[in-house]
Amino acid sequence: MESKETKLDDTQQVTTKSPSGFSIIWREIVRDKIALVSLILLVLITGFVYGISLFLNQEEIVTVDLFAIHEPPGEDFLLGTDYGGRDIFGQLIIGTRNSLSIGILVTLMTGVIGVLYGLVSGYFGGTIDNIMMRIVDFFLILPFLMVVIVFVAIVPKYSVLSFSLIMTTFLWMGIARLIRSKALQEKELDYAQASKTLGSSNLKIMLTQVLPNLSSLIIVTMTLNLAANIGLESGLSFLGFGFPESTPSLGTLLSYARNPQTLEYRWWIWVPAAILILVLMLSVNNVGQALKRATDARQRRG
Amino acid sequence: MWKFIVRRLFITLPQVLLLSVLIFLMAQMMPGDALSGLIDPNIDPAAIEKQRETLGLNNPWYIQYTDWITGALQGDLGQSFRYKMPVTELVEQRLINTFWLSVATLIITYIIAIPLGITSGRYNDSWADQLITGYTYIGFATPLFIFALVMLWVFGYQLGWFPTSGSVAPGLTPGSFDYVLSKIQHLLLPAISMALITTVNTVQYLRSEIIDTKQKDFIITARAKGASESRVYNRHILRNSLLPIAAFFGFEITGLIGGTVFVENIFGYPGMGDLFIQSILLRDYSVVTTVVLLFGIASILGALISDIILSLVDPRIRIK
Repeated sequence: MESKETKLDDTQQVTTKSPSGFSIIWREIVRDKIALVSLILLVLITGFVYGISLFLNQEEIVTVDLFAIHEPPGEDFLLGTDYGGRDIFGQLIIGTRNSLSIGILVTLMTGVIGVLYGLVSGYFGGTIDNIMMRIVDFFLILPFLMVVIVFVAIVPKYSVLSFSLIMTTFLWMGIARLIRSKALQEKELDYAQASKTLGSSNLKIMLTQVLPNLSSLIIVTMTLNLAANIGLESGLSFLGFGFPESTPSLGTLLSYARNPQTLEYRWWIWVPAAILILVLMLSVNNVGQALKRATDARQRRG
Repeated sequence: MWKFIVRRLFITLPQVLLLSVLIFLMAQMMPGDALSGLIDPNIDPAAIEKQRETLGLNNPWYIQYTDWITGALQGDLGQSFRYKMPVTELVEQRLINTFWLSVATLIITYIIAIPLGITSGRYNDSWADQLITGYTYIGFATPLFIFALVMLWVFGYQLGWFPTSGSVAPGLTPGSFDYVLSKIQHLLLPAISMALITTVNTVQYLRSEIIDTKQKDFIITARAKGASESRVYNRHILRNSLLPIAAFFGFEITGLIGGTVFVENIFGYPGMGDLFIQSILLRDYSVVTTVVLLFGIASILGALISDIILSLVDPRIRIK
């Protein structure tokens, strides 16, 4: 082990080519044992959940079975059943899949909107920037949770899609502000100015020159946002304003614990979901933190 | 200084105005109106229509908005159709409950944050620092509602140290010593649960602030002049690092708003967040709009307070 380490260092000194972005990220994650474990856990959970859910029938799992209400874990039901006699294990798998999917969907949508918005605002600057940022400021002062809940309650024909759209509407500002401040710096740099002098269109500079330079920042922010979004979704579902009950989510399982009886005596209903959310959020956060260090040479460990 | 505050106030007014317009439009989108809850369904539709006309429900939205906002400014926020009482009366007691919960949470937040932040900043990379950083990592990733549930399970049900719902034990006379004691007892568990999670940001911030300040030139100067280590820390470093924390005070208020919705719901604490969820479920919309309006104004004021404290502390941001 020791000799291998020194060998690695030697080769690093010999090579003159700077390491690529991905190899830096990889080295950072391998060096940070917690992040490595998190990444492995994350891959395992995601693979397991999406894999198993292919063999599970959501309709069948959410069907009420009055003969099997509140069964404790046993042979028939691996993790027992809830108040409707529905299998907790199946709900857990499908719920994790749903929570992950919506987390990823919302993160991608807020990412696209936020990045484009921030890019335009920061790149053009001046009055455009001023107006666009005032709009962001206004969204930021809204009491997020309450506004989302109100919209969830009043939207007619509520569905998973409208839920993710509502979440996106009130979540894109953070990344927009971040990208805007970076774009503001980036456009003053020589490469952007030179490109402008050569006659490149604003669109080309923004999308093909400034944007790639912000990619690492975007990846880091979106990873950290993913963790936050999974938490938000499960929180809203917990309160009863997320997924409809026919679509299980980790938050729905936890919401059964609002019944004191369930909280006190039927741990199998809510404890697995709680642990799963914690593990998911911790892992995504840890990977995100490792990515963050990888993008900042001063903080790197590897 | 005053110039900045006045300017900052000028931004606040349109914010409140916009917020009220948005909330009003949201209320308009809500199915049904004040009448569909008030009126006996057997009444002739023509009579209802007439009533609508006299109540001004057929006016264009901007006239209705002006009516609503002037009413709100005079303290008339409409009737709760569910509780059959003016919203202002309904909200009053809840508001007081939430206020005390927030105060308790803030106090506990700082009681935890300041010693932990100082320890981990001063002795950074020691085992104590690693322990505290580990806590902040976990706290950062833990959703408040899960933590609150676990706290309720452990301390409310398993150990039975705290009451599991309500804001005061029944049958006590308001104002008596027992009454206050019971209030505090009901408040403690929700406040601790919320504080343990929200304090994490402040701890992290204080830690990095102290580590930053430690390396500044004036600290080296202070040491060179022979100031004792405790003097260096208590007077030079701490003062400089605590000021930005003070500025975050306003944002803490904004953060508390989301927290109270979860915590009050879980601990059955009759505050504004609990009222909000219940009114939404009961479709009691005049209450919903009032709660959202009040919380929105609270978060605008929170941002205002933060900016003003920040400008007192750090003159550089006053310029713009």
